[in-house]
Parts: sequence; structure tokens; C-alpha cells
Amino acid sequence: MSPQTRAVESWTLQPLTDFVREASVRLVLVLTPSGQVLAQSGFSRAVDVMSAAALAAAIVASTGELARQLRQQPFAALSHQGPKTGFFLATFVTDRGTLAVLAVYDLDVSSLGLVQLFYDQLAADLKAATPKGAVPKQVLAADFERELTDSLNTLFGR
Amino acid sequence: MSKALDLVTRVRGVRGAMLVSTEDGLVVAAQLMEGIKGGAVAALAASLAGRLRRAMEAAGTGTSVFWHLQAEQGALLVVPADASGGILVVAVAEPDVNIGLVRLELLRAAEAMV
Repeated sequence: MSPQTRAVESWTLQPLTDFVREASVRLVLVLTPSGQVLAQSGFSRAVDVMSAAALAAAIVASTGELARQLRQQPFAALSHQGPKTGFFLATFVTDRGTLAVLAVYDLDVSSLGLVQLFYDQLAADLKAATPKGAVPKQVLAADFERELTDSLNTLFGR
Repeated sequence: MSKALDLVTRVRGVRGAMLVSTEDGLVVAAQLMEGIKGGAVAALAASLAGRLRRAMEAAGTGTSVFWHLQAEQGALLVVPADASGGILVVAVAEPDVNIGLVRLELLRAAEAMV
């Protein structure tokens, strides 16, 4: 197991570890559309996880709304590619509701094709590993800061 | 593009041919028999091509013009379509395919692409 891969929800750990190894991605977040992080790989600072999760959740929300305005199903995936780095953001539905995966990869190590290929496997593995009949825990506003701190501590092994 | 792939797929024992973007590992065009996972072959071939290019540069051998992977149940044959290696012409074939003939047609297909 990569020491940089950590999960708040333990059932996400093995699928994520496999994805990181096979797709050779640099950074990954598994999160809910509201920005709650279930697992991360490659991040070294809590503030980066918080920023990336917030931005990814915002993109999921805005593209979802755009699709709704166009009377389409929500977009399955979004890809941006720069000269050296690419990122891939996709959502899928599990028994625990919709989850999003944000992956950042270096173009000299991986490619969109590889990330897409192994993302399909990651989504299938996460769907299969989702605890059956579990209800997503509601985070109350009063508990939000404590929940966030606990999650970040778990994600960074503190 | 489809004409270029026709050159390859008409060879007996070839199960499919594809044009693959090296940079992103996506299929540009394909003629594949049922059961061949084009997306997976494209992603893995492009990944391999990138690593091979770096290895050959490090070895000082120049760029590759043809490579052939032989497996138990088939073979993968690849020719970069141009000097920059932006597009790969890929053939998926039976293990006992006539390698020389496939290579010739892959090179012709690559020439047709330029």
C-alpha cells in the first residue's frame, strides 16, 4: 500500500490504491458532490485537499446544473489537459449516493486513455465495496468543523 | 483514415487495427473484431510507446519505426505514423500471423496517414 494513500472510509482504500498504482496518477480524491472527502492519495497538505475538494465539488455542481439547463443527464466525466499535467473529474452512483473522483496525472507518466481505463475499474470496485444498506452520515452544521478536522487528521495520518 | 486501416485489416490473421493518439492514449479510428477492447489496447499501447521512446532515446538508438509484442494468444504490432510519434498505427493479430506482411501494411498505412 502506498503510504500516501489514506481513507476516511476504509472500504475505499484498496480500490483507490489499485487505481493509483495502475493509472500512475499523481493526486486523487474520492469525494461526495458536497465536497466531503472519503479518501485521498498524493496530497501532502490538508489545505490542498480542502481546496481541491471544494473546487471539484463546485465543478460537479456547475456542470450538473448546466446539464440540467440543457435537459441532459449529468455529464459523466470532465477532462482538462495542459502541456505537462492533466486532470480528470468523473462521478458515478453507488449505494451510498453519488461519488466523485478527481485525478491529476503527469503526461509523461500517464495519459487520459489510461486514466479513463482504470477509472472504470475504480468505479466498479468502489460500487462493489460500498457497504450495503449503509446510510450516508449527515454532518450537522454544528459538527462541521470537528468532522472536517477529524477527516483531515485521518487523511494525513495524524 | 479508414482506407489506411483497411490495408492492415485485410491481412489474414489480423483481428483489428487502430489509429491511436500517443499523447492521450485515445482511439482516433478503429476497425476491430468483436471482443477486442479498443480503449484498453489504445491506452496501454500509447503508454508503452511513451516509455519505449524514452528508453530508446536513453539508449541512443533513435526513434522506433516498428515494434512487435508476441503473447500466447495474440500479437500487438505498432508503427508510429510520423517522426514525432503523435499517432500510432496498431494491429492486433493472431499469434501465427505473418509478421512481415503486417509490418509492411502498417508502414504503408503510416505513409498514407502523412
